[in-house]
Amino acid sequence: MEFFRIRKDIPFMRYALILNVISFLTFAAAVYFLATRSLHLSIEFTGGTVLEVSYEKPADINRTRGVVESLNLGEVQVQNFGSSHDVLIRLPVRPNMTGSVAAATVFGALCKAESGTVGTKQYVTPQGESVSRPSCAVAAGSEPVKLMRTEFVGPSVGSELARDGAMALGMTVLGIMLYLAFRFEWKFAVAGIIANLHDVVIILGFFAFFQWEFSLAVLAAILAVLGYSVNESVVIFDRIREAFRKYRKLTTPQVIDHAITSTTSRTIITHGSTQMMVLSMLMFGGATLHYFAVALTIGILFGIYSSIFVAAGIAMWLGVKREDLVKSGPAKESDPNDPNAGAVV
Amino acid sequence: MNRYPWWKYAMLVIALLIGLLYTVPNLFGEAPAVQVSSGKATIKVEQAMVERVSQALTKAGVKPDFVQFDGKSVKARFQDTDTQLLAKDALSKALNPDPADPSYIVALNLLSRSPAWMASVRALPMYLGLDLRGGVHFLMQVDMKSALTKKAEALTGDIRTMLRDKNIRHAGITRDGNTVEVRFREAATLASARNVLADQLPDLVWTEQPDGGDIKLIGNLKPEAARAVQDQALKQNITTLHNRVNELGVSEPVIQQQGADRVVVQLPGVQDTAKAKDIIGRTATLEIRMVNETAEAKDAERGGGPVPFGSERYVERNGQPIIVFRQVILTGENLNDAQPGFDSQTQEPSVNLTLDAKGARIFKDVTRENVGKRMAILLFEKGKGEVVTAPVIRSEIGGGRVQISGRMTTTEANDTSLLLRAGSLAAPMEIIEEKTIGPSLGADNIAKGFASVTYGFAAIATFMCAYYLLFGVFSTVALAFNLLLLVAVLSMLQLTLTLPGIAAIALTLGMAIDANVLINERVREELRGGASPQVAIQAGYERAWGTILDSNVTTLIAGLALLAFGSGPVRGFAIVHCLGILTSMFSAVVFSRGLVNLWYGRQKRLKSVSIGQVWRPDGGTTAPTTEP
Repeated sequence: MEFFRIRKDIPFMRYALILNVISFLTFAAAVYFLATRSLHLSIEFTGGTVLEVSYEKPADINRTRGVVESLNLGEVQVQNFGSSHDVLIRLPVRPNMTGSVAAATVFGALCKAESGTVGTKQYVTPQGESVSRPSCAVAAGSEPVKLMRTEFVGPSVGSELARDGAMALGMTVLGIMLYLAFRFEWKFAVAGIIANLHDVVIILGFFAFFQWEFSLAVLAAILAVLGYSVNESVVIFDRIREAFRKYRKLTTPQVIDHAITSTTSRTIITHGSTQMMVLSMLMFGGATLHYFAVALTIGILFGIYSSIFVAAGIAMWLGVKREDLVKSGPAKESDPNDPNAGAVV
Repeated sequence: MNRYPWWKYAMLVIALLIGLLYTVPNLFGEAPAVQVSSGKATIKVEQAMVERVSQALTKAGVKPDFVQFDGKSVKARFQDTDTQLLAKDALSKALNPDPADPSYIVALNLLSRSPAWMASVRALPMYLGLDLRGGVHFLMQVDMKSALTKKAEALTGDIRTMLRDKNIRHAGITRDGNTVEVRFREAATLASARNVLADQLPDLVWTEQPDGGDIKLIGNLKPEAARAVQDQALKQNITTLHNRVNELGVSEPVIQQQGADRVVVQLPGVQDTAKAKDIIGRTATLEIRMVNETAEAKDAERGGGPVPFGSERYVERNGQPIIVFRQVILTGENLNDAQPGFDSQTQEPSVNLTLDAKGARIFKDVTRENVGKRMAILLFEKGKGEVVTAPVIRSEIGGGRVQISGRMTTTEANDTSLLLRAGSLAAPMEIIEEKTIGPSLGADNIAKGFASVTYGFAAIATFMCAYYLLFGVFSTVALAFNLLLLVAVLSMLQLTLTLPGIAAIALTLGMAIDANVLINERVREELRGGASPQVAIQAGYERAWGTILDSNVTTLIAGLALLAFGSGPVRGFAIVHCLGILTSMFSAVVFSRGLVNLWYGRQKRLKSVSIGQVWRPDGGTTAPTTEP
């Protein structure tokens, strides 16, 4: 099998202008949504309490919401989580009320609504581990609603996490820029980082637009994908440098076209493979990994696009020249000690 | 040209064997077990306990797989849950003659089913995080300000005594926040006081300041001394938490420092947050009382008569009864510190107590009036008291520095001081983060994480084998080897696996195949350019290496940034991600090359390689390909 049978270089750069305009518009839209709607931050960042409860029968969200709202705990959110049986309830930080008290109150109310009483259930798992947990029992002996998970985060922790997250993003961007500048030269470093920040902003824009929950895991996914897709730019830049050396008559856009064309096959196959794994997470990973996988998917798709059109495009607009990359003239072409000689695909 | 020297193959085989050895324990699963740990701060579980547990089990006719001591508790593993329950009952009966006042906690538990010899080379399964096995997680903030205030308070007392001892007249000592202020009327006294204080209290920095007609000497804690105080407070809180958590009988509690002033407590398997919090938040109290040494009391001690009025009967740590007055002289509140040490004259091990100003005053009066008598230090836990130590008062003790010595070994001195400190937290703590995860949710998370990795791996493997034929098979085997190595490294380091960690494994595998795609594409390109198969393999691997390195460096930069600034779930992700990048470089480049060399390397006249169709743009002829 050979998927990619490309006879001529595809004139990518001919469309660079138009696509860069589109990119810019998407970017502007993402910024606009980030500014107006802002991210729907998880309680890890904002502080607050989350309860996950599982109903025996498919849950009636409106009824649950009614019960929780009647407790007057401030702005609560009630939504389905994963399956129709599972409900996620989010409570804001309340002064004078610790997280576990809030969680216990809500669970008590939900249990009462199912006409059960809250007690403690003690049992030994089949593996032989003793477990004791709060439960909601009805006379019939079944549990109409189960407390799956509670989470309470104090407001100070949240703001710290947000700060650390920003620091991690900053350090990644700086580290990658330094690496690119060291490996190539500043024009590529700037182009590469703009392209990848453009990806990050667009992913964030998606999360703001759809009001998907932005958690720590999503942040991790964004940073991982940032490192991953910068690599794409590196491969293309490498090829550009090689093409500048090899084909001395081609113009800059032609060189870039050639570089991109010759890496297309590898780009699609590797990203396709990674995407297969991510799709598998999206399909089988459940609700906890859902947004993690979504962020990776958007990141991978835009990573391909931005490496080709944005990074290479910006490098072209910045005026990359043969002299920038091939400094010591043709003598260097056959230098066997050139550390970058092999770094091409 | 495509041959590895024998040592390279040997290295690969060794890596493979080590990988297998450390991965396999994860597959055995867990077996029911019973854990015996100390139920009281005054009782220590030691090696000898193994013998007692074995005997008790033999007596009850229960046969354990093995009984082992792991530093804090004794664990016995069983075949099934029925035996486990039998054993638990037998052990509870044998070890706790009085069920109302248990000395030991006998709890049900899980242990890895892997053979003992594997455990002995530390080939243990990965430790599962709370999100995978259910449990409670607390993050607690230690109030360091109050620890410092306490220290300043203690120093104020010290200074007062010191100046009195040296007959230096001051016009008042006060504490203002964390600073100590001493007023003087004359500059001369100030100078001599300053000399004394600088000499005896190296932890403070002194500055002079005129204040009305007087001169103030202001003492501030040195930054390093303040840091030491905070460290000490955190350590003491962690020790106290350990003692309390032990009581829950939790299999593998995690109590760790996080940052400068935080403590993480994770209790796997516990679902009852309220109870856990109750136990963690409980304070043991310390009391100092006088021992009743009248004739009636002696009688009562021997069990010959009733306990005299106004006294109570307690038990010493060695089991000997002792009659103690009800009147409390001092409580743990007045005790600032307790440290093991040595008597400066006899070189005997001792326990050195530091009392606060109020405590020192009371203590001085009491000791003056009771020279030659005994006093008892009692520790109350769960409403039950126990005498930690009952020393004889040799002389009047002033200044709040008390030394208990005589008939003690170094270990005893250590234990006693630990107990005295364990009475209370060095500084109050506040829960700032709390999570509970149900056990079914944990099992569900494992299943989902596992499914993601399996199906993702299968999809990639199918594609690679179909697209690159034999080279695809090599790539797939290398990818499997990567997974093996990664799991082995994680198990070896005994890192905690969480759901984000599993996600990182999946993602790392998805990214790791990149290296093999690069290599295979490059080999095809060389073939397309007309190179002979052996040359193409050689050149393909060599030329792809630079790009592989690049791609891994950029990913690693992001991974390290996450590791440095991430916390909680992000850290779990970052660690696995970074390790995965490192193992993938080894497996994708060195291991897959090994496979290729082994297969093709010996064939001198290799005509073709099975890497799928190599298409040429000129004329469209297909390059030679064959089935393997």
